[in-house]
Amino acid sequence: MEKKSKLAILTNGIIKENPVLVLLLGTCPFLATSSSLINALGMGLSATAVLICSNIVISLLRKVIPDKVRIPCYIVVIAGFVTLVQFVLQAYAPEINKALGVFIPLIVVNCIILGRAEAFANKNTVIDSAIDGIGMGLGFTLALAFMGAIREFFGTGCLLGITIIPNFSIGFFNLPPGGFFVFGVLIAVMQAATKGRALKAKGFSCGLCPMYNSCNTAEANEEVAEEKAAKEAGKAGAAEAV
Amino acid sequence: MVNLIVIFMAIVLVNNFVLSQFLGICSFLGVSNKMSSSVGMGGAVVFVMVIAELVTWPVMQILNRFDLAYLQTVVFILVIAALVQFVEMFMKRYLPALQKALGIFLPLITTNCAILGATINAISYGYSYLQSVVYAFGAGVGYMVAMVLFAGIREEKLNNMDGIPAPFQGVGIILVAASIMALSFMGFTGMFQ
Repeated sequence: MEKKSKLAILTNGIIKENPVLVLLLGTCPFLATSSSLINALGMGLSATAVLICSNIVISLLRKVIPDKVRIPCYIVVIAGFVTLVQFVLQAYAPEINKALGVFIPLIVVNCIILGRAEAFANKNTVIDSAIDGIGMGLGFTLALAFMGAIREFFGTGCLLGITIIPNFSIGFFNLPPGGFFVFGVLIAVMQAATKGRALKAKGFSCGLCPMYNSCNTAEANEEVAEEKAAKEAGKAGAAEAV
Repeated sequence: MVNLIVIFMAIVLVNNFVLSQFLGICSFLGVSNKMSSSVGMGGAVVFVMVIAELVTWPVMQILNRFDLAYLQTVVFILVIAALVQFVEMFMKRYLPALQKALGIFLPLITTNCAILGATINAISYGYSYLQSVVYAFGAGVGYMVAMVLFAGIREEKLNNMDGIPAPFQGVGIILVAASIMALSFMGFTGMFQ
């Protein structure tokens, strides 16, 4: 793997490989917590904090963790940091904690964090991993904040609770269907602006999920087993015919 | 009994896991391109969700007993991960037919936020054991309903992207279609209080 400069690692996550808008990862919290700007920022920063810490720790432990049990190890490390973030939010920002609800503990299964642990932190030095965590986290936060701003503005006419246009609200944008819709339009605008080059992911597929490899082997095993069964059935049939 | 039916119907239709709570979106959008795989994935989610709820609820009582409720996140994810492994091994040995139908999807489920979300929600709503299991079953059924309906739409209308404006082709139109489906599910709002 070629050595990248620190700046390249940082901007990689923000622009070139923006986790949500380019790689289509972490769509659950992206859609669920973007109904207002403040929620979006709360979620983005919480996920960023977890991502940076978990990247650092996993990078430190990359030579200690046995390859076979690495995914459970990553999950334990990430879950530990999520619990810490939960404590901090409960103590200093109880309102945001309440608004984000179940999505704070669900940072554990956020595929961006597990994906970076698997794809970057277990192969790179501690400092590079920390920078990668900052870049990816900021990329996620910025995308989330942008979508949160759009949805809050059209949904309530406010930004961060401050009224911009009085008596203006299109309730649709605040509701769940609005989330899907704005995300769809956002991607279409991005595609149009870059003539279809922006999106790395061709569609929603399992290929980008960090668990893909384990599933893929399961599927391959399945096929081999099926072939074997078919052959045996064929043999049995032939034997009967004889 | 009425209470259980209300919990079940509310989570299937009104607070549908995918369409109104945004849980399990990755797999919802990723697997719904084929009807057969949506049914398999939906079945696997229902199955694991109920089993996960059966195990995590008593675990939570133990944690509460020792004043360790803050360990919920860590313990639940580990319990679910271990459970999925165990279920897979058990099915391979004793239920090969079921394993054939659901097996491919099981590893995917460990990191599916719908499972962890359902177990955490059931605790935070303060449900009894029976209520939580019905809630988890309903959440899984709701996920399956949304996924199968969406797979039907995609197989029928979105296989051929020719007439769609270029920027919307692919991901864009799938999200807009999901938005319209979520909008139609909002018609159920207020049905069960």
